Amino acid sequence: MAAPGTPPIIATVGPDGSLMAPLRLFYPYDRTVGAVIGRFLTSLAEKKIEGTRGVDASVHVPPLEFDPATGAALTEWVAVGDTGLVLTWSWQPEPFADNTLQQPFAWALILLDGADTPMLHAVRVASVSEMSTGMRVRAVWAAEPTPSITAIMCFEPEDAHG
Amino acid sequence: MRDVAIVAYIEGQNTSATTLSPVEMIVPVVHEVLKRANVQRSDIDFWCHGSCDYMTGQPFSFVSAVDALGAWPPIMESHVEMDGAWALYEAWVKIQTGEANTALVFGNGKSSAGDMNRALTLQLDPYVVAPLWPGFRSLEAMGARAAIDAGTVTERQMADVVSRSLRDAADNPNVLAYGYRDADELLDEPMTANPLRAHDCPAMADGVAAIIITTADRALEMCDRPAWIRGIDHRIDFQNLGLRDLSRSNSAALASFHAGVTKDKVDVAELHATYSHHEIILAQSMGIDRSTTRMMPSGGALVANPLMAAGLARFGQAARQIFKGNADRAVAHAAQGACLQQNIVAVLEGN
Repeated sequence: MAAPGTPPIIATVGPDGSLMAPLRLFYPYDRTVGAVIGRFLTSLAEKKIEGTRGVDASVHVPPLEFDPATGAALTEWVAVGDTGLVLTWSWQPEPFADNTLQQPFAWALILLDGADTPMLHAVRVASVSEMSTGMRVRAVWAAEPTPSITAIMCFEPEDAHG
Repeated sequence: MRDVAIVAYIEGQNTSATTLSPVEMIVPVVHEVLKRANVQRSDIDFWCHGSCDYMTGQPFSFVSAVDALGAWPPIMESHVEMDGAWALYEAWVKIQTGEANTALVFGNGKSSAGDMNRALTLQLDPYVVAPLWPGFRSLEAMGARAAIDAGTVTERQMADVVSRSLRDAADNPNVLAYGYRDADELLDEPMTANPLRAHDCPAMADGVAAIIITTADRALEMCDRPAWIRGIDHRIDFQNLGLRDLSRSNSAALASFHAGVTKDKVDVAELHATYSHHEIILAQSMGIDRSTTRMMPSGGALVANPLMAAGLARFGQAARQIFKGNADRAVAHAAQGACLQQNIVAVLEGN
């Protein structure tokens, strides 16, 4: 079974005469994301970032459904800022076709203002020399945000133009 | 507790890209490990396999591996969607319950089936991480920076690990990278996934590892100097990277404590350190003194990383040090997940 819209897999003959075909990974299922992640993603489509408050009052973004220490269901929502601090980062010299950015960029764990746990996202900078631990960044929203983590296209330095 | 020992270990030839199917890769290794222990298929009363469907790109791909074992007359077998080291743990538990006495465990992976750095992203959180497609190498690089920023790992220490691993690999015919390069030379190379350099990342391989474990009744029939499993434990950290301190590994520390690593000297350690900084983080978290313990005499996973077999290979390589009398007490470790999320630790002894 192939995902809708994928081109047919065509076998070729390899250098040793064996029949070869490319391996294409995909996930051909729909799933529901649940009430907590669902609200988080729905809010992202409205350019709002929300987390849940843990039992120890920590604000988790992305939201946790259950408290990491006690297992209690977390129901209190907290809006956080779309700016924050880079806690750690690394460089992706060549993007994958599926990345939101199609140029060399950074990955970072970003502690959003008002949150106590960081979230992973991409950071757009012109070169690796512009990245540093502790730098401040701001979310760049997708042109037409959908209920997905990619509603945030990337982050960029807070003092960047535009 | 029943005394259980590793009595035989065989690894298949690690290659950068084989055209063999997984079954074709597994058959000779299973055959060899039975021969090494001088036992028949009928002596094995539990078979356990570790592999990953995301690598083969089809659900339940592991079922075909039963073809390599021969399922008639019926056998008792199981599978873990993990490195073969976790299959060893399941077999050890099975033996503890009394339902089996001798088990053959194996792990296999064909890393060349795709871009594993990208494909294994599918194992991460499917809603807030996987859709970004970060790639494993980028996440490990973030872990390295967290450790460098925290002052627990230095770039020079990482280069020293690589230098030693490449040198040790020169004595191991089953590796994909080896050589004589000092730390200064390595540090002169450019960073790729900053702060990682190309040599901080593993040499990906297609490969198979297989181990036989058995009880005290039969261990000495199968091996002159069995590697007794004196402690074994596995622990898991949060999946959320944001909830963890990436400069250390809490789950490795816990597993090490419960396996009893620090109760006595450690002659040899085979840690499943896939990136150079892992070794330093793991040794610190597990309480292993790298200045007195011989680290990864095989060269480790940096020089040959057959996914889903490389962790079990650490158990096999540590056991070999006991078999040969090079060590009286060895630590074997395997890790899975991003940034050392899941860790299994065993203490192996010759006596």
